[in-house]
Formats: sequence, C-alpha cells, structure tokens
Amino acid sequence: MTGTPATAWLLRAVAPLGGERADLLLAGGRIVETGPPGTLSATDTGARVLDADGLYALPGFVDLHTHLREPGREDAETVESGTRAAALGGYTTVFAMANTNPVADTAGVVEQVWRLGRDAGHCDVRPVGAVTEGLAGRKLAELGAMASSAAAVRVFSDDGHCVSDPLLMRRALEYVKAFDGVIAQHAEEPRLTEGAQMNEGACSARLGMAGWPAVAEEAVIARDALLAGHVGSRLHICHVSTAGSVELIRWAKSKGWRVTAEVTPHHLLLTDELAATYDPVYKVNPPLRTAEDVAALRAGLADGTIDAVATDHAPHAPQDKDTEWSAARPGMLGLQTALSIVIDAMVATGLLDWAGVVDRMALAPARIGGLPDVPVDARSSMDVGAAATLTLVDPEARWVVDPSGFASRSRNSPYRGMTMPGQVRATFLAGRPTVLDGKVV
Amino acid sequence: MNRHLLSTADLLREDALLVLDTAEQMARLSDRSVKKLPTLRGRTVVNLFFEDSTRTRTSFELAAKRLSADVINFSAKGSSVSKGESLKDTALTLEAMGADAVVCRHPASGAPQRLAGWVRGSVLNAGDGTHEHPTQALLDAFTIRRRLGRLEGLAVTIVGDVLHSRVARSNVWLLRTLGAKVTLVAPPTLLPNAVADWPVDVSYNLDAVLPGSDVVMMLRVQRERMSAAFFPTEREYSRRYGLDADRAATLPPHALVMHPGPMVRGMEIASDVADSPRSTIVEQVANGVSVRMACLYLLLGGADEPEEREVIR
Amino acid sequence: MLAQADIARIVSRMAHQILEKTSGGGNVVLLGIPTRGVPLATRLATRIHEVEGVTVPTGSLDPTMYRDDLRLRAVRPLRVTDIPDGGVDGRVVILVDDVLYSGRTVRAALDALAEYGRPRAVQLAVLVDRGHRELPIRADYVGKNMPTSRRESVAVRFGETDGADAVLIVGGGAAGDAAGEAAAGDAR
Repeated sequence: MTGTPATAWLLRAVAPLGGERADLLLAGGRIVETGPPGTLSATDTGARVLDADGLYALPGFVDLHTHLREPGREDAETVESGTRAAALGGYTTVFAMANTNPVADTAGVVEQVWRLGRDAGHCDVRPVGAVTEGLAGRKLAELGAMASSAAAVRVFSDDGHCVSDPLLMRRALEYVKAFDGVIAQHAEEPRLTEGAQMNEGACSARLGMAGWPAVAEEAVIARDALLAGHVGSRLHICHVSTAGSVELIRWAKSKGWRVTAEVTPHHLLLTDELAATYDPVYKVNPPLRTAEDVAALRAGLADGTIDAVATDHAPHAPQDKDTEWSAARPGMLGLQTALSIVIDAMVATGLLDWAGVVDRMALAPARIGGLPDVPVDARSSMDVGAAATLTLVDPEARWVVDPSGFASRSRNSPYRGMTMPGQVRATFLAGRPTVLDGKVV
Repeated sequence: MNRHLLSTADLLREDALLVLDTAEQMARLSDRSVKKLPTLRGRTVVNLFFEDSTRTRTSFELAAKRLSADVINFSAKGSSVSKGESLKDTALTLEAMGADAVVCRHPASGAPQRLAGWVRGSVLNAGDGTHEHPTQALLDAFTIRRRLGRLEGLAVTIVGDVLHSRVARSNVWLLRTLGAKVTLVAPPTLLPNAVADWPVDVSYNLDAVLPGSDVVMMLRVQRERMSAAFFPTEREYSRRYGLDADRAATLPPHALVMHPGPMVRGMEIASDVADSPRSTIVEQVANGVSVRMACLYLLLGGADEPEEREVIR
Repeated sequence: MLAQADIARIVSRMAHQILEKTSGGGNVVLLGIPTRGVPLATRLATRIHEVEGVTVPTGSLDPTMYRDDLRLRAVRPLRVTDIPDGGVDGRVVILVDDVLYSGRTVRAALDALAEYGRPRAVQLAVLVDRGHRELPIRADYVGKNMPTSRRESVAVRFGETDGADAVLIVGGGAAGDAAGEAAAGDAR
C-alpha cells in the first residue's frame, strides 16, 4: 500500500526475458544493480531476497482494455477486485473502460476511478474516457477536461458501442491531437449487427442465431483508417477479430497512417463452434470467429500488424450469464488467463518469442496508452535504471483453470477446466510487490 | 434414444425411424374408440411455453393425456416469468414440482438446451427461436412416409423464409438423415449466408423446381420481414415464391403440398391449393399428436436412468 | 430342446385341442403376442384350416404400453397391433405367445385387449410353459411344459422370424432372470 516503507528486493537467479540468469536488485522503484547469479549481496542494502530460480523476469503487463465495472456494477467487479485479478495476471497497469454507470464521460468520474485504483494499490489504473456523452454517439464528451484531470486521460473509447457517425469520429480523432490522445474504436457497424448473437457463418446458420458478420467490423476499420490517414491522427482498433481486419490494418500501416490495434486472448484461442453449447460463457462482443480468423490474428500479432494483446476483461454477475444465450450479456474474464493463452497460442506455436511477448503485452500497449517512461525495447526494460515494474513468470508451470478461485468477483471464464501453461509467481509495481508466491500481497 | 429431444441435427437414422415406427403404432391406436393408454400413468409432463402457440401446445397436451400422463400447462404470460423470473429459476421450480418431461417453446434459440442442463427430466424442444422444431419435422416426415410410402430418394422442396425458420432447419437435417433430397427455394435475403455448407440444393426459381418435386413444403412468411427489407412487397413475394393454383398444377400428380401452419392464405399459399387433395395440412395436425405421443413414450416410457442415456443438442 | 419336427407336432396337437375346446373354432379369433406369438398364431390358424377347413381370423396384439414393468428398463419398441376385421366383441379370443413365464405379458395383453372390445371368452395358448408364475394366470393350451431355473432362459426360434425352428434353453448365467428377457422377446 502507499505509505509502506520502501523495501529493497533482491531477485536471486531470475532469468530476465527468459535469458541468462542474473541477480536483480530493486530499490527506489528501479532496477539498481544486476550481476551474475549469486553475486549480489542482500545484506549491504537490507534487501529481502526472493529466490527466483526458474522464473522469468518480464516488464509488468499493460492492459489497454479492462472493464472494472465500478461505478455501477460492483456486484460484478470493483476497481479493487479487478486490479487484484490484474496483478495476479502479471499486470501493472490497466486501462479501465468507460462504460460504467455513470459513464466515465466527465473529469469527475475518471478521477473517481483513478483514485479507487490508487487506493487499492494493486496496479496503476488509467481510466479511459468516453468519446461521446453517455456513449450515445451523438455529442462529444468533454475530452479535454478528462485529459487535464488528475486521471490524465489519453485513451478515449465508447467501447461497447461503435462511434458510428463518420463525422463525429472525424472530429474526435482531430480533437484529441491537442493532448496526444488516441481514439480506441469498437469497430461495429450497428445496422449490420442489429440483434446479432454470434459470428455470422456456418455455425450461426445451423444454430439459428442472428449473425454478426465480419464485414460489420471491417467496414468501420476501413473507414476509420482512411479518416485517421486524412486528418493525421492516432487511431487504435479495439479487439480485432477477423482475418479481413488484419489485412486492412496491415494496409493502413503500409500507408504510414498512425493506426494501432489490439487482439484479445480469447480471439487468439477460441472459435464460434463453442456457441453450439448455447452456453453464454462463450458469448462475447465482437463474437468468437472461425479457425481461419484465429490463424490470421495469430499471424498478425506475430508480425506486428496487431500491436498488442488486450484482455477485454468483462466480468458479469451470474444472473447475466445463467440465462438463455440471447438474454446473456457479452463478455469474458481475461486478466488471470491472458499470459497463459498467449504462451499457448503464440509461444508454444513458435510464432512469438519472449521478447515478442514483452512487446505485445507490456511495451506496445504502454506506448499506445501514452504511459511515461516506456523502455525503447524489451532488452532495455531489464537494464539498470529501468522501472522495477516487473512480473515473474514460471514458464514451466501447468495449472487448471478454476474460476471459483479467481480474484474477480465474477466467474464467467470460458477456460474453466482447461490446463494452462505458464503462471505468474510475483508482480512488482515500481519496486513494491503486489503479488508474491502467486498470491496478492 | 437420447434423453432429450432438442434437435434433429444429431438424431441418428435408427432413432428417427424408431420415432416414425412408434408413431405409426400410436396412430393406429388413435383410430380406435378408446384412445387412452395407461403407459405414462404417474408421469408429469410440463408444457412450458414462452410463446403463444395454441396449436403446438394443444398437440403436446393431447399426446401426453392420451398416454395418461399428468399435464401442467405453464404459460409464460401472466406468470412469474413475465414478471422477470429467469429461465433458470423457472427450471428449478419445475424441478421441485417433479416434472418428468418439460416441453419447451421459447423465443430464444438454444433455450431448451440450456433448460436441459438445469433439470433432471427430459426436455422436448417445441420450437426455439430460429433454431429448431424437431417434432414438427418428425411429423412432416411421418406424413410424407404415410402418403408416399417412403422418404429415401424423394425430392422435397422447402419454400420461404428459411433464414428465420426453425421448421426448415429441423426438416433439412432430418430429411437428409432419412435419405431425401432437399431443395431450398427462397429469395437470397431469406437464406442463411452460409447455406452453401448445408446438405441441400438452393434455387431462387420456384417454377424450375416444382415439376421435379415429390413434396413441396411452404413456410410461413411473416409480414414484419417486409419492413426489414428482406423483400420489397408482399405482392412481389407472393408472385415469385407463392404457391398458387397455376404453379401447383406443374407438380407431378402424386406430389404433396405441406405447410406447418399457421398459413397466410394468399401470401405464400393460395386457398385452393391449401384445400386441394394433395394438401396434407389437416393430416399434419392429426399426425402431430401421434408423433408427439411417440416422442413422449420413447423419452419417458422406460427406466429413468438406462445406461445409454446421453444429452444431445 | 425341441427341433423343427417336434414343434410341428406340437402345433398340430394344439390346433386339435383348440378345435375340440371351441367346438370347431367357428367363433375364434387368434391374436399373437409379438414377436413370436404372431407366427405361432398363423401356424395354428393354418393347421386349423387344414384339419377343419375353417378360416380363423388371425391378428396381433402388442401389450407393451400396458406393461407394469416399463420403468424397470430401457424403453421397449412398440410392436404391431392388428385386430382382424370383425373385431373381438362376442368372440372367443385366443391369445397366443411363445413362452409363458411370469404371466405379466399376458396380464398386459388382457388389459390391451379390453380396449378393443368385449370378447365372450379369452383363452391362452403357449408353445412353452416354463413355470415361475408371478400372477394367477394359466394357459388353456400348452405345447410343452419345460421346467427351468430362473437363471436360465428359453429361446424360441421360428423360421419366419429367425430362419429356422427350434426351442433352446440358454445360459444359467445372469441372462436367465428377468434381465435376460431380451427386449425383442427372443428369450424368455
């Protein structure tokens, strides 16, 4: 907690970025000394020693897309419970989405969320501000006031809703240039997804559910990339879910436009076939797509077309999921399983090395979100002088997902019962442990 | 047989034929003066209808009563359900009442499958959203087999709003399983985007398909589809896809005209076609009772937990 | 236990007994209980015709839906019920089955029969009576009394249903008790 006297920590025989083992001394919120394993002494500094033999040290993860549900749905999640889950998942910063009740569309609400995060102390909470008042898509919210608030908002999103009005989107993109903001678009053409329940394709046809066609995402991405190119603004695409979207983003980047994108762990792993269970634990927006889309998303994340992994952690109370499919709310838990899924989908398949994981889960999202002091690359994140904001991962661990043990207040994990690779053992936020021995400090 | 009847998609051919053969015996019993059988005495069947459907509910009710089951009609309207009670809480209530079978009609696709996960009894899907209506398909197959003597190799044409039709889905899977060749005829807007994956032929031209059809099955077209731009006007729909007397005259002499009801006369089917000798529309209703008796018997007529029971979708 | 020639002799004797007991068989209806009561009924009718020249209406009666043990095992498929034209009212109905054992099938058949009318009398003809009755039921015509243990089962085979005629005693294992009374009715 804030106010606790700062303690130095000596990480003994840890493997920075999965490479050669080393001792790391953390003090004053930074990495102050490194040396061959067993060479640094704790007694000089009074540091506590953490035997990290077998663990990888990675910079703390940054989640661009978290729903903390507070204010408004504290039965599903609070800032405290959500950030606790984040720390257990290796995250040190989460961007809290704006679709709360009241909506985070004023300086007052974003400051409240930011303070709740600071008081909880499990990780840094960076509120996302709504683009439009009440997420209604009609009138810009006071973006500048949120930017200048104590929460220093830089990412703006109507996530859950698309900013579908092209003129309003253009204005938002232009307006946030004044404070180097970014618009994070939930790309979904609303007329093409009226009543939509799942990916439109062979499964939806068989299951008799209204389809959410890929084109509804891709059309908005194409339009907004063109807009961003035209006005020279930064555009971020939330939860990219289709192969076509990956192609469009690749094209936009080839033009030199400032377009970035994220993909969720669930879109890297799960497919729409799961809807055949009619269990709404698999209902999410954008919906789970096909195996071809999953393959394209993995390839896009591997080659950097997709910049970041973002969880879209979306807790829901039981009564919002223990229903028939169409009555259920869309969304899945993600914070405590994200790393394992990235290992499974990207590392175990040889698509991404650990430096790549660090880039997609820590550095790239930090840059997109406008965080200060972002290391220029993975290697420098472990240099003396770098922030002691780290997560220690046991890459060899195997664990079975049991949502009842999650820190989240909700249980809507689609991975229940699955065996996962890799586990976060400790997390340090500016030199202070938030997780030790796999438990929240 | 499986424990539930939720879909025809994974109904084995032998199980489908067992239902039809059992229904044949039930139909014979329905011809005698004493129609009641003691078979399901002491069993409780709940009709859980979240949508109005007097026709289907009555058919199931009659089927259950002819087998001496106790029948409870649990209609969503005016009950706690309309006051916001969840499907799960309703299921737990039925469970506490000791329902041996729940016949469920629901506007949401997949709702009966969810229900099956929450109750011990058997769940019979009586129509779920735009997903399936398996007993309708079984009674259609039964009707065809009674009239034409077989299903194998028959050309069955299904015409109309396939996209939103649970009857069409159940019929496509079942008829395929039973060896018929299915052709769907509809405006492209009323076919699923992925219809190419289905085991069917697709045509946009009804006139081209009718002369080769042994059976033509007309689906109801709801007027609200027009306002959602699925087709321009009722008149245009009716001209292109409606079955009028002139079109019906191009069918082979033995061909059947079917409709799951309720019909919109003058829209998808002309009155004189609906009332013609080749129409099975009234028979379908009578056969519905026999087929539902067969389903209830096969799901409830044995031990509660024979080893081979398993859940199907 | 019995070969084709034995069975033919037994059927012939039963046909004579029926003619004798029903005074020429003029008012008789034979209803076979599926599966193997049906070919037996047909054979009896054929033999009666050969002996006396009368044509006895013959049909089948499936008692499945009247059984008291439906819930003790997996669901049983229904068999054909085919009541001859002319019905059963006022007639002497002879129920025909291959094996008489607990008597429960016959009880169910009596209930089923009552739904089709009111016979003047109901009689019972069986090829094999293996004992172990659980209800106060006896047969009017018995082809062969065959004492068995409950652990055994009796399997009747007819050319019409099984390719060749034979009566076998099977097992002595668990298959011999009620559970061994296979759903198809091929072993009682």
